[in-house]
Amino acid sequence: MTAKTLYDKIWDAHLVSTDDDGTSLLYIDRHLVHEVTSPQAFEGLRNAGRKVHAPDKTIAVPDHNVPTTLDRLEGEVKNEESRVQLDALEKNALDFGVHYYPVDDIRQGIVHIVGPEQGWTLPGMTVVCGDSHTATHGAFGALAHGIGTSEVEHVLATQTLIQAKSKNMKVEITGKLQPGVTAKDITMHVIGETGTAGGTGYVIEYCGEAIEALSMEGRMTVCNMAIEGGARAGLIAPDQKTFDYVMGRPHAPKGAQWEAALAYWKTLFSDENAVFDLVLTIRAEDIEPSVTWGTSPEDVLPISGNVPHASDFEGGKVEAAQRALDYMGLEAGMKLTDIKIDTVFIGSCTNGRIEDFREVAKIVEGKKIKSGMRAMVVPGSGLVRAQAEEEGIAQILKDAGFEWRLAGCSMCLAMNPDQLAPEERCASTSNRNFEGRQGRNSRTHLVSPAMAAAAALTGHLTDVRDL
Amino acid sequence: MEKFTKINGVAAPMPLINIDTDMIIPKLFLKTIKRSGLGKNLFDEMRYDDAGNEVPDFVLNKPAYRNAQIIVAGDNFGCGSSREHAPWALLDFGIRVVISTSFADIFYSNCFKNGILPIILPQEDIDKLMDDAERGANAVLNIDLENQTITGPDGGEVSFEVDAFKKHCLINGLDDIGLTMQKSDAIAAFEAQNATSMPWV
Repeated sequence: MTAKTLYDKIWDAHLVSTDDDGTSLLYIDRHLVHEVTSPQAFEGLRNAGRKVHAPDKTIAVPDHNVPTTLDRLEGEVKNEESRVQLDALEKNALDFGVHYYPVDDIRQGIVHIVGPEQGWTLPGMTVVCGDSHTATHGAFGALAHGIGTSEVEHVLATQTLIQAKSKNMKVEITGKLQPGVTAKDITMHVIGETGTAGGTGYVIEYCGEAIEALSMEGRMTVCNMAIEGGARAGLIAPDQKTFDYVMGRPHAPKGAQWEAALAYWKTLFSDENAVFDLVLTIRAEDIEPSVTWGTSPEDVLPISGNVPHASDFEGGKVEAAQRALDYMGLEAGMKLTDIKIDTVFIGSCTNGRIEDFREVAKIVEGKKIKSGMRAMVVPGSGLVRAQAEEEGIAQILKDAGFEWRLAGCSMCLAMNPDQLAPEERCASTSNRNFEGRQGRNSRTHLVSPAMAAAAALTGHLTDVRDL
Repeated sequence: MEKFTKINGVAAPMPLINIDTDMIIPKLFLKTIKRSGLGKNLFDEMRYDDAGNEVPDFVLNKPAYRNAQIIVAGDNFGCGSSREHAPWALLDFGIRVVISTSFADIFYSNCFKNGILPIILPQEDIDKLMDDAERGANAVLNIDLENQTITGPDGGEVSFEVDAFKKHCLINGLDDIGLTMQKSDAIAAFEAQNATSMPWV
């Protein structure tokens, strides 16, 4: 039998049909839906008189537009367009009979945090959503990727996707991470190595000692940003940590079905002789706490570094780097730790889980954030929020001066009122530092939760290891 | 979906690399529940200043390129989010072809669903076409999908590759969902088998 990668195995297990030219029809096990990329898809179904093919496998939750302030349940959402979109999701969810977590449900949150939390995401599945950060679910050994709205409609109508198979890439992180270095630093470091187009055409399997040592939360952070490297999806083979995380979740299998599922999940790994089209090996010891200086996630440097000169680059990157320096208001050659920060945002589907907040609490406990600093922590779900309150983390954060918000995507993409002003500079645990991402002319530095906490205390980008 | 056979139109040069979906259509405009009307906000933050006035230097604001149907772009065009609002905005503006050395995966796929042809070419061809596109009103390219060729203003021809199935759908303006529904028996068979072998899914 031919040796297969984990991706090959999941792909093969979901093939409905393959045409002569290699175009395949892939079955989709879970379809996650949010309010921004779905209204046109549901409208398409209605216009064609079609139904949702598998409402039981379809889960809708509002996240991008929802306000995260504590008064959001009092009265209507003020922004009319946001309200129309949120109302449309609710109407569509109810009309078509799909699972739905409304804003006032404690289980509501960012779709990529809710899926795993509720046990919708399971090893070996195919998971799609009209959102590029669907890659998050790859942490469970599920083939998970973002799709456009036309494909959302296609999945709603048929529970399948027309796909061409990607190539296999292996990213191995050998050895152990240094203290102060986290999953976020791994995933940013990898993008710094590959560039934002380096993963285009590939599904990445992350492996190696440093990946195995990560919690499920950390693995989700790593896979979440696979898309920032251009990959279709990121994957990590499931192991005992995965099974322990999944067991007992509301929609995880129980009893005899659990045993059958577990037996299958234990076959989900890349065979020893499986062939990867590309292999990247990185020593964990070489990874430092990382930050971005520019306007592309590939603009990654270790915190000990200096802002580069445009002339350090080649080809089209020279112009792009100069544009980024101008946009970010940075001087080439300055130390990254000299960059002053106005605002700290901790949250998003990259870093809005309980482990992220525990890390922040450890660093800020008994301290105060820099005077004048605006700092907010936005939990990834109502359940993460409740757990943080129960563990005393929320109180530590509030005592330190952080705003403690309700669940949503918030300032990661700033579709709700949580936005930066022009030229406001933010240390953000989110995933994209594009121009205008967190508000028109806003300036974003991507960092880990620990590094965001450090910046909140000092008022400038700071090596968390120096605190 | 509108059929795509041939386009004879002005090509606008956008040599910047990594033009992302937030640049193509900022999130502000994702709050719509429609597919139409996004063209006026295409490249909004590059195209208009803070007061909402046109930035004269931006390529699509220049008289020669206001009716461009083609963009010749730097590497990795369309990186970032899955928002189909990006191709909707391009299409609504009138863009039917984007040419680059590489495209982000989801954006690439989204284009074909909306009658836009993304063409991948090696750097040397891009350099030549970028040169052609710099010629203002004379930057007319002829794109022939059937024969998979691009003809420049000097008559020079470049061939390109495109997936046969995607080409077929584009030329005929086919709706994917209708095609897949013809395979409903195969889907039902797959589901029946999985219900037994993996009942937890």
